[in-house]
Amino acid sequence: MIDRKILEEHNLTLDEYEKIVELIGKEPNITELGIFSLMWSEHCSYKSSTIHLKHLPVEGENVIQGPGENAGIIDIGDGLAAVFKIESHNHPSFIEPYQGAATGVGGILRDIFTMGARPIVLQDSLRFGPLSTAKNKSVMEGVVSGISGYGNSIGIPTVGGDVYFNDCYSLNPLVNVFALGIVKKDSIFYAKAEGTGNPVLYVGAKTGRDGIHGATMASAEFGEDLEHKRPNVQVGDPFMEKLLLEACLEVTAKDLIVGIQDMGAAGLTCSTTEMASKSGTGIEIDLDRVPQREEGMTPYEMMLSESQERMLIVAKKDKVKEVQEIFLKWDLDAVIIGQVTKGGRLKVSFEGKTVVDLPVKAVIDLCPVYEREIQIPSYLESATQLEPLPQPENFNQAFIKLLSSPTIAEKEWVRRQYDHMVQVNTAFFPGADASVIRIKDTNKALAVTLDGNSLYSYLDPETGGQIAVAEACRNLACVGARPIGVTNCLNFGNPEKPEIMWQFQETIKGIAQGCRTFGIPVTGGNVSFYNDTEGISIYPTPVLGIVGMVDDIKQITGPAFKEEGDILILLGENKEELGASEYVKTIHQKEKGMPPQIDLEEEKRIHDFCLEIISLGLVESAHDVSEGGLACCLAESSFLSDKKTGLSVNLRDGIRSDAVLFGETQSRIVITSKNQNKQKILELAKNKQVKAAVIGKTGGDRIVISHGDAKLIDIPVDEALKAWRNAIPEIFAIK
Amino acid sequence: MKLKFGVVIFPGSNCDYDTLYALKDVLNQDAIFLWHKEHNLKNVDCVILPGGFSYGDYLRSGSIAAFSPLMQEVKEFALRGGLVLGICNGFQVLLELGLLPGAMLRNKNLKFLCQFVHLRVDNEATPFTYKAKKGQVLKIPIAHYDGNFFSPPDTIQEIKINNQIVLRYSDARGQLSEEANVNGSLESIAGLINSAGNIMGMMPHPERASEALLGSEDGRIIFESIINWKG
Repeated sequence: MIDRKILEEHNLTLDEYEKIVELIGKEPNITELGIFSLMWSEHCSYKSSTIHLKHLPVEGENVIQGPGENAGIIDIGDGLAAVFKIESHNHPSFIEPYQGAATGVGGILRDIFTMGARPIVLQDSLRFGPLSTAKNKSVMEGVVSGISGYGNSIGIPTVGGDVYFNDCYSLNPLVNVFALGIVKKDSIFYAKAEGTGNPVLYVGAKTGRDGIHGATMASAEFGEDLEHKRPNVQVGDPFMEKLLLEACLEVTAKDLIVGIQDMGAAGLTCSTTEMASKSGTGIEIDLDRVPQREEGMTPYEMMLSESQERMLIVAKKDKVKEVQEIFLKWDLDAVIIGQVTKGGRLKVSFEGKTVVDLPVKAVIDLCPVYEREIQIPSYLESATQLEPLPQPENFNQAFIKLLSSPTIAEKEWVRRQYDHMVQVNTAFFPGADASVIRIKDTNKALAVTLDGNSLYSYLDPETGGQIAVAEACRNLACVGARPIGVTNCLNFGNPEKPEIMWQFQETIKGIAQGCRTFGIPVTGGNVSFYNDTEGISIYPTPVLGIVGMVDDIKQITGPAFKEEGDILILLGENKEELGASEYVKTIHQKEKGMPPQIDLEEEKRIHDFCLEIISLGLVESAHDVSEGGLACCLAESSFLSDKKTGLSVNLRDGIRSDAVLFGETQSRIVITSKNQNKQKILELAKNKQVKAAVIGKTGGDRIVISHGDAKLIDIPVDEALKAWRNAIPEIFAIK
Repeated sequence: MKLKFGVVIFPGSNCDYDTLYALKDVLNQDAIFLWHKEHNLKNVDCVILPGGFSYGDYLRSGSIAAFSPLMQEVKEFALRGGLVLGICNGFQVLLELGLLPGAMLRNKNLKFLCQFVHLRVDNEATPFTYKAKKGQVLKIPIAHYDGNFFSPPDTIQEIKINNQIVLRYSDARGQLSEEANVNGSLESIAGLINSAGNIMGMMPHPERASEALLGSEDGRIIFESIINWKG
């Protein structure tokens, strides 16, 4: 019978168990308990985060679908909608980097095409420990090849994303995968199980014992027994998913089915109960009909398996044959395993016996919601105090060191392992702040960016949340896109620790303020708690995925300098803010101080202004100032230019030189313009109350930056470029 | 003038739509899909085997696709002199079919490579490069894991004698070097033709270089050569 040990293995508390018994009016059998353990896990139920997530703005006139479905949907005009979502696959990626990351890609893609949308872009936000250890290197190598192996094979471009490195991820790397698809507005599908008697079809790969307890695993801290958890990680088959994708899109293009849901985390359990719950119906299935690739599987194993590349479809009664023919064309199983019933119960039979009989409502809707305890972390007081630091004696050296720090260095080593061009929609702008994807048969394009600086969030989570939104929107503004929708992936430690819940609450506050200022709805996302290993929590890491609209594809702007003699204009202003910067971390080995502060209204004015001058055709290049500060921003625009055009800049701000060069003050964009447009830009800026100053011009083959009368940086472009370009390849070079 | 192109879809093809788009929407040609399970080439003038991961590239890149029902017709069509172009995975399929000599090894750095490369046209007297000049350098991207061309010494000797090397990885000025030969191919081979001159395989993706938005229009030269080829 069910005892404490079994409950513990299923990650359920005694209180939760008692509630289950009360709700279902009986003692659950082991399969039923397994079902509750999955659906009431943090990963599936959001029991610790729900009350906080309510503070995020979710409404907007273009929102077709907000949070609560497989993915969010935004109307993008021309009868089309963008379907997008971000999700984490952190735990599996540490245990088994290749498969963990690969199945992360597979999972998020199913969320998109299950709604009838063809996925057109993938992005990843990755966080690893420092590359000075063999373990961290092998995790990164495995994760990148897993993403590459899956995404390349299935033929969806992986374009851009970000990679950060910090000690806090050594035992808990983060793999957040974003996907976006396009669907005709009138053929969107949802996870519905309507129409009593409609057949329930199982389609795709066969069920095995892989991934049992995956969702439960993602809902607890890791200890030292990691190796034992390797069998909990699923194994991906991108070829199978490609077939499934094509078959599903063929089915959803016709009027054949009522609803469709992917079997991701929690497999058959999740798909059956969620579909029934959303339609207020019940479902009965017969496990003997489930295609299996292993012998002797128990009902428990089948219900909890997380085998990949499977879907559940509720078909229209008279269209089953047509559905099956389409799957047959793609050599896939499509088997009737049950039907929609009245009465709201999940009934599962096995070898002629009923093995599960549960009210769907209890499983899905009546999961307890927790208001966890909250407490300001004790580390804050000392961590936010940055002691006086000496300035570098040699700014050239400090600059080179920063450029070659992996967080700032070029990520081409990663990027070229991803097929970022398939589908022929990727606008060619290497190193652009956001990726731009053309929408075929229109003049428009979508821009996508992921952002989140966890050190900022660790030291000031509210500001960190605001900045994550602001910087993502700034990235969009730099390519000429205005933000239209948000998805977020919130990676945190153990929510049962009050200090973690405080970080969470403050982060949400900041994100909500940011989204309100920019007028963008959050359409969904993912919360990943329990990112702790051996008691150490990661820094709070909100990753914001923001989608932007480019109304006229001809106006896309890139970060690269165009011509010699163009004028460099700084939008925004330099301030003495060094706390939490990559400079202080890399040069002074401190992760301390207050992160840069942000005025969201000012930030928005700058974005609007940047978009305006881009649309007026006054801008040659635009690049946002972020990690590494103004110096690194300028250098990157030079490195990315065709002719490796140098620059000469003179700054006169009355603040510390290292803050001018490397400080990470927000709300700054560097643009270049033709000399004849300079005056117009400055006048427009004045009218719009945007600070804009000419700081120098492009040209030559050196990077020259002066502060006042002192020439701080003077270095050949080639030398700086080498440091930036070779840093990561050298770490991974086969010796 | 318009040609009728047939783009074959294998399970796992993923550049099928891209190739059709380049031909139809960019170059205004007739182009249709051909399904691998059928035995019908539908009177096309040129067959294209597109890029992708046919059958997941399990076993060996392109090996299972070579046994698709439609490949019988493609083989007969090719041996009658019909124009066949294999791009990336399509090149690998042509090798597996024995329509082109040699084999593909894993890239020399053992990683998938997706990037623009420069290609020097070493043989312009083919239906696929007829619009290019000898020695012209094209900028076209690659995206593959197994593009490191290899063959035994006597085969490569024959390839050279017959002038079958059409495209070579080079730098922007057309110079060959180890660095420019990104995947480690023997003789820097990027594109290869059969001795009869009607079947070509190339690892780079011309369909991905057919519009300025994508970073290059040099890929059009390959398609425009086919379109304007008069035999």
